[in-house]
Amino acid sequence: MPGGIRVERRLGNPRWVAFVVPVVALIVAAIVTAAVLAASGHQPLQVYQQIYQAGFTANGALSRTFVYATPLLFTGLAAAVAFRMKVWNIGGEGQLYAGAIGAAGVGLALHTWPGPLVIIAMVIGGALAGALWAAIPGLLRAYLRTNEILTSLMLNYVAGLLLYYLIYDSTSYWRDMTSASAKVFPTGKSIEASAFWPQLSFGAALVVPMGFGLGIVVALGIWTVTRTSPTGFAMSVIGESPGAATYAGMRTKRTIAGVMLASGAFAGIGGASQIGDFGHTLDPRGLQQAGYGYTGIVVAALGRYNPLAVVIVSFLIGALTNAGFALQGPDFPSGLVGVIEGIILFSVLAGEALSRYRISLRRSPRTADTAPGTPVGEVVAP
Amino acid sequence: MGAAGQDGGDGVAGTGAPEAAAPGGPGPAEPPAIEAVDITKRFPGVVANSGVSFAAAAGEVHALLGENGAGKSTLCAVLTGSYRPDEGQLRVRGAEVRFRSPRDAHRAGIGMVHQHFRLVPSMSVAENVVLGDAGAPFRFRRKTIEEQVARVAERYRIDVSPRATVGRLSLGEQQRVEILKSLHRGARILLLDEPTAVLATGEVDALFESVRQLVADGGTVVFVSHKLPEVMAIADRVTVLRRGRTVGSVAVVDTSPRGLAALMVGREIEMAARVPDAVDETAPVALELRGVGAAGDRGRPALRDVTLTLRAGEILGVAGVAGNGQRELAEVVAGLRPRTAGTVVVAGTALPGDPRSAIDAGVAFVPEDRMGVGVAGALPIADNAVLKTHRRRPFRTGPLLRRRRIVGHARTLMADFDIRAPGPRTLVRQLSGGNVQKVVLAHELDSDPRVLVAQSPTHGLDVGAIDAVRRIMLDAAGRGVAILLISEDLDEVLDMSDRVAVMYEGRVVDEFPAGDADVERIGELMAGGER
Repeated sequence: MPGGIRVERRLGNPRWVAFVVPVVALIVAAIVTAAVLAASGHQPLQVYQQIYQAGFTANGALSRTFVYATPLLFTGLAAAVAFRMKVWNIGGEGQLYAGAIGAAGVGLALHTWPGPLVIIAMVIGGALAGALWAAIPGLLRAYLRTNEILTSLMLNYVAGLLLYYLIYDSTSYWRDMTSASAKVFPTGKSIEASAFWPQLSFGAALVVPMGFGLGIVVALGIWTVTRTSPTGFAMSVIGESPGAATYAGMRTKRTIAGVMLASGAFAGIGGASQIGDFGHTLDPRGLQQAGYGYTGIVVAALGRYNPLAVVIVSFLIGALTNAGFALQGPDFPSGLVGVIEGIILFSVLAGEALSRYRISLRRSPRTADTAPGTPVGEVVAP
Repeated sequence: MGAAGQDGGDGVAGTGAPEAAAPGGPGPAEPPAIEAVDITKRFPGVVANSGVSFAAAAGEVHALLGENGAGKSTLCAVLTGSYRPDEGQLRVRGAEVRFRSPRDAHRAGIGMVHQHFRLVPSMSVAENVVLGDAGAPFRFRRKTIEEQVARVAERYRIDVSPRATVGRLSLGEQQRVEILKSLHRGARILLLDEPTAVLATGEVDALFESVRQLVADGGTVVFVSHKLPEVMAIADRVTVLRRGRTVGSVAVVDTSPRGLAALMVGREIEMAARVPDAVDETAPVALELRGVGAAGDRGRPALRDVTLTLRAGEILGVAGVAGNGQRELAEVVAGLRPRTAGTVVVAGTALPGDPRSAIDAGVAFVPEDRMGVGVAGALPIADNAVLKTHRRRPFRTGPLLRRRRIVGHARTLMADFDIRAPGPRTLVRQLSGGNVQKVVLAHELDSDPRVLVAQSPTHGLDVGAIDAVRRIMLDAAGRGVAILLISEDLDEVLDMSDRVAVMYEGRVVDEFPAGDADVERIGELMAGGER
């Protein structure tokens, strides 16, 4: 009988797997990236050093990293909270636009109010607008069983076109029709300076936008709800075993719809932060060029859908994105950061998939895995 | 039914094969086309086949008869190379074979038609037939292949067009495609696993026609079934399996449906059982079904006009072959499947028909699919232990779950129900089948239900776990829980019940006290025999 390698499913994940696998995955990603860099005529170590400097240590680099990390934190949380329950909301991008539209609208409409109240109203307006945009795929999924991947993805393009329509193709409330520069090139109206979101300054070197702080609060909130509330309990059962959830009398449809709305609301606050923290005006191009919604999915996946891990990952990916923009030029093509991100994601996901299996050498390989009647769960406890 | 297959005259020659399946030397003249000798196949916690033997000659239709879980599917998987036996031998035309994969079995001329087809719906019949051929050409010559397939179809009188798209065919036609696929690959020994389960009545005749053609041509058909009438109609010889063992091989002409039924369900092994007359005749009615109807998964009526009454502390056993409405019955009572007619009343209150109100009314349910429905396998025992009770005090106060109380409670339940695991944080999917079932029973009985609906509660468990599960249910009945025990294991129904109801095609065809039960009679009723 020939010898062979046997690949079998791991039954439970030992604790070390959760720590070792991501680390190994990152090392593998670094090696593969080095090969890509070398092949494209770069010095890998030198590039890594450049990225590190541009992301963290250069003058003002850390503050810029937070600028990129803030929207990623929100879209990352949006994806994490939905994906955790196996509700595939790919619409973070569109929900972020919707949140920006909503927050800008609120900010403009309430320009006579005191600043702090406007800021709170903008957060709520952004959240509601994002939730509303997510309600379309969410309700369709929960009650009519449509595929939320397709509907939420398609709505991203609709939201993008809506942005263009509001600023370039109409005389909407959001568009600035009065100032001189706006007559040359269409732009959005700016919110009052009193409604600009405050920043936390740690000296001149580091400025953290309010949005990032808000994101941390949201992440803690998600973490608390999922761990300590009956709703969180239901979410974990629905995600792992929808059959058991229905059997246990859980309201699966309502929970799925609710999670989708919450996911949209988080992305929507991300959009609100784009207006309040950074742009102060509805800017279709600025919002669309970065693809925060899609990168948010990467952030969530790297954070294993854990809201607290998403905070850290969004910061790191924010640094990478920041470095990508800072280093962009003939020596450092703009696509390179995307390539690096892709390699990291691929390695981490591959590591995750492989960690579910155990590879062992065996004298007689068996081929029972595809046969009918394989007993499920008939395994003796250790 | 019951008329023995005189019409199968062309196959009778084959019944001269060696008597029973005695291991040892080859037959006198011609060795059997396929022979299994003392096959044993174990899975962790379960012995699926234990010393199973049978032999089928060329030109013979050989039936493998047995209840669900008797080991038929495992035996088929061994015969087709999907499983390797732990012990025992396979011989094809007298020569020992060792299959390392299904491909080896194909080469030896063994083909199998699974209960669930393995076809590509978007491809044509001809494409499906040649799919996976070892010598498939790089270029797909549509014409040639269609002609080839048509020739094979004609030879075995299989009526299906090679150009048809498989997804548009009826289940009966798809089955013909599966048979064609095997024959096209040169199978001379064809295994059909429950082939009539998906067929309409007219299609059964067409299938039998093809089967007869195949054996007349010198082929061998191994026909796996638990339906007596069709075994009597098509088979030349029958090997009966029970609980993973062969209980005998007989020629169909030498037996009767009654005799086969007795072999199939025969009694054995002492286990926890119901004490006769344990039920209190004056106890209040706990569960009442009046004229209940429900549709199956495919929308066809699966439950028709079912009326049952169950007193507190009583165990009503529902016997029947799988797929005769038992699952639908259980799901309707548990509120998981909508009714199309009738009412379900628990302790005087009519149930609206959703899971939560059934739970609140005191209906507990041990589902058939214990891993997929009864527990969330990826979550720890602690979470599963409060699957239904986590919404109530003391596990929840205000908006907060009390994790520590939940874990502590799980520890208590593990002790009470003898759930063997390292601790309450162990994931349920790491447990053995018996322990998983104990987790299900623990979370169901923990809330002091009025009614327990248990579907196949011991299916697939090993002997010790079966005994434990039975004891848990008997204790519950002793505390006044009314139990609706739905099982395909007739022994279990008879051992555990105060009364027995037999289901066939969605109806309760008969109901009587367990003490008056006649095994052979029940066997016949289960298999659709006349009342």
